[in-house]
Amino acid sequence: MSNDIRYLTPINIDIKKEKYCRFKKSGIKFIDYKDANFLLKLVNEQGKILPRRITGTSQKYQKRVNKAIKRARHLAILPYVGDMLK
Amino acid sequence: MNSYETVFILTPVLSDEQAKEAVQKFEGEITSKGGKIKHSESWGLRKLAYPIQKKSTGFYFLIEFEAEGNVVADYELMMKRDERVLRFLTVKMDADHLAYADKRRAKAGATA
Repeated sequence: MSNDIRYLTPINIDIKKEKYCRFKKSGIKFIDYKDANFLLKLVNEQGKILPRRITGTSQKYQKRVNKAIKRARHLAILPYVGDMLK
Repeated sequence: MNSYETVFILTPVLSDEQAKEAVQKFEGEITSKGGKIKHSESWGLRKLAYPIQKKSTGFYFLIEFEAEGNVVADYELMMKRDERVLRFLTVKMDADHLAYADKRRAKAGATA
């Protein structure tokens, strides 16, 4: 006697989507600290820098992203602490 | 000679002419020490992401120039002493940055 649960339709197991580095893929070499709209993609709604683990950015470019965002914060292009940025 | 780029914010209390005068003063400082202004642009009055010296807006200016490294220190000291400047940031431009700046200028020229 088996008590296995049987599903009528096969359950949906999420297939992990392959992450990729957006800078490598599109060949962006320099990340501009003056471009607020672009940098907003790399922070969460509080203005914190999103980790590599989430964005998939390679280490080389994550370093540049960090630098760009910190420069933008200094120039009041991005806030140090924000709320509802998105 | 190295390439540098400076972004600075002037207080919003200045009139357009006073702001222009301040920019000319800074540009003059660079050129008088043997530097060369490559590009200068005004972003106009912009909202700051957070208040600086209790001001919520400021005039943004961008200057790209070529100069010797020792010029930059003098130039930054001048900015620091100037009460009209809320913030400034000078960045040395590497090859990628220069390529990007050229592209950006071409784009701005096309739309303007």
